[in-house]
Amino acid sequence: MIPAELKYTETHEWAMEKGNNIIRVGVTDHAQAELGDIVYVNLPEIGAEAQKGEEIVEVESVKAVAQIVAPVSGKVIAVNEALEDDPALLNSDCYGEGWIFEVEVSDPSELNDLLDAKKYGEIAE
Amino acid sequence: MERLIFDYSEPGRRAADLPRCEEGMSADPLLAPFIDERLTPLPEVSEQEVIRHYIALSGLNYHVDKGIYPLGSCTMKYNPKLNETAARMEGFSHVHPYSADEDVQGLLGLLYDLEKELKVITGMDSFTFQPAAGAQGELAGIKIFKKYFDCKNEKRTKIIVPDSAHGTNPATSAMAGFDVITIPSNKQGGVDLAALEEAMNEDVAGLMLTNPNTLGLFDKNILKIASIVHKKGGLLYYDGANLNACMGISRPGDMGFDIVHLNLHKTFSTPHGGGGPGSGPIGVKKHLRDYLPVPLVEKKGRRFFLDYDLAHSIGKLHGFYGNFGVVVKAYVYVKKLGTKGLRHASRMACLNANYLQKRLRKKYRLAYDRICKHEFVLSGDKFKKYGVRTLDIAKRMLDYGVHAPTVYFPLIVDEALMIEPTETESKQTLDRFVEIMCTIADEARKNPELLHEAPLNTPVSRLDEAGAVKEPDLAYQGDL
Repeated sequence: MIPAELKYTETHEWAMEKGNNIIRVGVTDHAQAELGDIVYVNLPEIGAEAQKGEEIVEVESVKAVAQIVAPVSGKVIAVNEALEDDPALLNSDCYGEGWIFEVEVSDPSELNDLLDAKKYGEIAE
Repeated sequence: MERLIFDYSEPGRRAADLPRCEEGMSADPLLAPFIDERLTPLPEVSEQEVIRHYIALSGLNYHVDKGIYPLGSCTMKYNPKLNETAARMEGFSHVHPYSADEDVQGLLGLLYDLEKELKVITGMDSFTFQPAAGAQGELAGIKIFKKYFDCKNEKRTKIIVPDSAHGTNPATSAMAGFDVITIPSNKQGGVDLAALEEAMNEDVAGLMLTNPNTLGLFDKNILKIASIVHKKGGLLYYDGANLNACMGISRPGDMGFDIVHLNLHKTFSTPHGGGGPGSGPIGVKKHLRDYLPVPLVEKKGRRFFLDYDLAHSIGKLHGFYGNFGVVVKAYVYVKKLGTKGLRHASRMACLNANYLQKRLRKKYRLAYDRICKHEFVLSGDKFKKYGVRTLDIAKRMLDYGVHAPTVYFPLIVDEALMIEPTETESKQTLDRFVEIMCTIADEARKNPELLHEAPLNTPVSRLDEAGAVKEPDLAYQGDL
């Protein structure tokens, strides 16, 4: 399941353009399936500076601890607090209720480096 | 399923008669505010009920005395019962921890003698028995890294760890205040020399390495690796979790390592399923002796004593003599096998692993196609297309009465199954294990649903692992 309207990274994050230079970030269906049951999400602080390609969120599943990297640079302006109580949202609805954080993009040209659904589909296969 | 001990409780039933309190005895008034007058709700049961309950529970347990336990990286070998007899001897088990050195010469002598043996086995110059297990041994070792560079007035803030390392390696480095640099493995599963060369500089305190590594593969470039690290002034740390492949054959001291930890509870027997107790002594080369935790056992004339006088010691890590009972078991194991026996144990461990690897490589996928040491890593990825994951395979193994191997580690292998049979399993047991693994592979293709539901024959079936992490329910909540 790879929604056509989203952008993707090679490291299995998705990015949704919300307008006004704001993008929402989560992990793909492939990533949540590989991780298994998620038990904890260590959310970033609001106001934190995300650096493209750098680790920003830590996700713990019954199998392993994994790092989520920021698809673009910018300031974190919102985090999905529902994940604190129910991290399993990341498994059950990874493109919807299971979103992780939103950033205000500092360099919009970075968005061009992201993959489209077709390219990402080739990687996730 | 066996009920909880609380469920057997009947008012007034008891297993022991406590003596009556002496007349006029009262607690120190200073303690009065802290005394809880409420009765602690303990189950009221007879001695026989207590015994039957715990015997019933012990029968549900799975352990090395019951069957094969091929948990990669854990070396769950058979534990000779002679070890237990020795560890329980009164002279060892009833020693007062504050005994004077002259009253525990036998105990100190045993530590001294085992240290001598470990020096020969590893090629190191001094050992401490203080660390309680491998992870604490690592912490001791990396704290020595830190102190060593502090004393030299060198500021080094990073430690290099390969991506196939045990999770404890980066965790230890972080605990000791270092930043972790992860370097990739090469196509043969060893350290990528170019990546190491690039990462190694004067900011890096050193490298933590397991050899053979977590893929069960011996890194033949070890001398080159050591030279790259040493040339830039760094130190080399040996994670001894996999020493069972090397006893009497190769020595970390000769490979260029400066500090090693050993898991006495793996390589030198001792039951350790369920979290302990362990013993993780560390050994160092001469130039690092004075940094070891105190005390060390030394000998003057014919007298053994505890030496606290170490110029740069990182301090104390554990009370008294470390986990001494485990040390006694390792001592008996080493003495009983001798040099030839230890070498034979390592050879058999490698032979058993290679036998299983060869027989299972077709049914599963062999992650790195090389002769292995004492363990190897299979991938269960070819069953993904049937909707079957490695976790399902592992659960199904329980139904056939064998313990599952380590799963989903090392992280660099997709759907990993890490198998370490150890030297103590017979060919017949290994053949039976292969049969079970092949049966499960067929089931995965023909009847994936069965594997999703497994285990079906165990005292409890598939557990909610996520629920157990998020909402652990550990205390009895009922009425008494």
